[in-house]
Amino acid sequence: MQGDGLPRRDFLRSSGITVTALAAGGSMIFGRNHAWAVAATSLDPHITQTLLVMTHDLFPHQRLGEQYYAVVVDALDKQAAGDPATRQQLTDGVAMLDAAQVKAWTDLPDAARETVLRSVEKTAFFTTVRTQTIGKLYGNPEVYRMFGYGGPSAPLGGYINRGFDDIDWLPKT
Amino acid sequence: MARTFDLKDDSVVVIVGSGAGGGTLANELAQKGIDVICLEAGSRLSLGDIVNDNDTMFGRLSWLDKRIGTGDLNANLPLWVCKTVGGTTVHWAGAALRFQDHEFKARTTYGEIHSANLLDWPLTLADLAPFYDRAEDKIGVTGTHGIPRLPGSNNYKVLAAGATRVGYKEFHTGNMAINSQPRDGRPACQQIGFCMEGCAIGAKWSTLYTEIPKAEATGHFELRPNCMALQITHDQNGLVTGVVYADNDGEHHEQKARAVCVAGNSVETPRLLLNSASAKYPDGLANSSGQVGRNFMRHMSGTVYAIMPGRVNFERGTQMAGIVKDEAGFNPKRGFAGGYEIETLPGFGLAGLATNLEPGAWGRKYAQTMEMYDHFAGMWLVGEDLPQTGNGITLHVTEKDQHGLPVPVVHFTDHANDIAMRNHAYKAGAAIYQSLGAEEVFRLPPFSSTHNMGTCRQSANPRDGVCNSYGQTHDIPNLFISDGSQFTTSGAENPTLTIVALAIRQSGYIANRLSKRG
Repeated sequence: MQGDGLPRRDFLRSSGITVTALAAGGSMIFGRNHAWAVAATSLDPHITQTLLVMTHDLFPHQRLGEQYYAVVVDALDKQAAGDPATRQQLTDGVAMLDAAQVKAWTDLPDAARETVLRSVEKTAFFTTVRTQTIGKLYGNPEVYRMFGYGGPSAPLGGYINRGFDDIDWLPKT
Repeated sequence: MARTFDLKDDSVVVIVGSGAGGGTLANELAQKGIDVICLEAGSRLSLGDIVNDNDTMFGRLSWLDKRIGTGDLNANLPLWVCKTVGGTTVHWAGAALRFQDHEFKARTTYGEIHSANLLDWPLTLADLAPFYDRAEDKIGVTGTHGIPRLPGSNNYKVLAAGATRVGYKEFHTGNMAINSQPRDGRPACQQIGFCMEGCAIGAKWSTLYTEIPKAEATGHFELRPNCMALQITHDQNGLVTGVVYADNDGEHHEQKARAVCVAGNSVETPRLLLNSASAKYPDGLANSSGQVGRNFMRHMSGTVYAIMPGRVNFERGTQMAGIVKDEAGFNPKRGFAGGYEIETLPGFGLAGLATNLEPGAWGRKYAQTMEMYDHFAGMWLVGEDLPQTGNGITLHVTEKDQHGLPVPVVHFTDHANDIAMRNHAYKAGAAIYQSLGAEEVFRLPPFSSTHNMGTCRQSANPRDGVCNSYGQTHDIPNLFISDGSQFTTSGAENPTLTIVALAIRQSGYIANRLSKRG
């Protein structure tokens, strides 16, 4: 399976994502051609942008549009809005990523960004972002259905008439 | 009709805990006309509270009061058990297996093993067989009493095909306390695939909607949910006289009792005995042997997941309805004592798999692995682990919980035998999937423990353990152990059926004893 093949430094540009500051504070993520938007009320545009790239770098999927990662950033923003300690952790974490090299972390090429992430993977900041990414990316019904997980089945009568025993590739003996 | 009893009514039997042991014992005693109060720390859910969401149900069911895990245990969540009416029978997967004959004679069969505190049970399979019969009938075990087995899911079919290829002989969809056809007023399994999050239709046996309402219907039973037992009281003769508990508002009460039966799972049961220490019993109740809280067993366990050449959709259907029994016996040629079962296990959703498969992992390759979710097959390996004196439950010296009680510290370190068995099991499990062309195989370490045993064990000699073969404590004749804590050894089998069988046997003993006393 191939990655998405994009040079990471061009991620924001080539994905068509734009992030702008909101007058009241926080920031706004717009998808390509403003097809969708997510408002981050607590985090500034640079942090928002960085987290968007980071969530993508953690679990990159060619078949997933950036809006699914924006949902994770939205969740991180809400977590930060409700908890000053988380907000500080995210702010400090992004500063830590940026301090690793001369350039801002999001401006680094793929391999360099990954190297920086590996160097911080034991930090609480990294765990916060990774945990939210798993929950809000892989826990997103639109995403998990794409990957073949059915989610709640009781409301649909379970799988008894919906393929619990439909395997067809096993050897006959 | 459900009834209520006065706090001062000392004619009642008080049971602490409403799970497989406590819930079963409560109903068995109530059916015999004995008045019973059950104190349950958790709240009472209905089927409507059970939803197909792993995180929601984890939060709704789990025992999340602070516990500290040390050794090989998860530090923050050493056990994955429940704090809810029905206890861990709401969460269990439903595998209902009898112990094997030799497993009741572990010391005799395996001989002396260095640093293991092995002991034979004070009862035999023959002693327990009639109660296994009644337990299987009560909870409706497939493959017994003429109850058909469940149909095989995709995950089972992969297991069976691989088992065939590697030459195993004994495998099927298990002995499950999950209805394969309507029985006992409960419907047949719909292959929902969320057994461990609570069965949304009640096809799986749980005391929550079987034993508890049946006990209430006798008019001899009162359930007190949201009531945390704090201390067992006793008189100057050393007999227990009641239980002090905190209600939902944190108010303390003492319920008087003629007998007390403790069934709080293998951490809370010894913890309650230790927290009940007094001038007369300075080391805690029923602890003249010094064995209360010791010999904690959690079963050897491990998980093997594999990416198969075709789609499996292992989340579809009964989670654990598939078993290979060929490794369950004792065969010293394998290099370890005891045996293990191979049972199907799904992935708990995409988020669950991403969390568990390789803790902490991320990056392009890991993401690609997640994209193969529907090609995964999975199995859980579960076998006998050995009692060790140093594995157990102690009280934290300074840290207190919300009730002001010392936080329990749970310590467990694998015995060399456990490690040898796990390595054998990993290899055997991987071979099953590799025989079918698995593209990648993953070996996962134990999860937080759901099978918890041994911390108030049965022994023939009062010097070696806490209670006799009826769960009656050696030191205090009206104090009983009624859960998996009384297991002398763990066996290879999922413990619930044995807990239920012991509770039925104990109920007859208690009833007989009470009637003799008049």
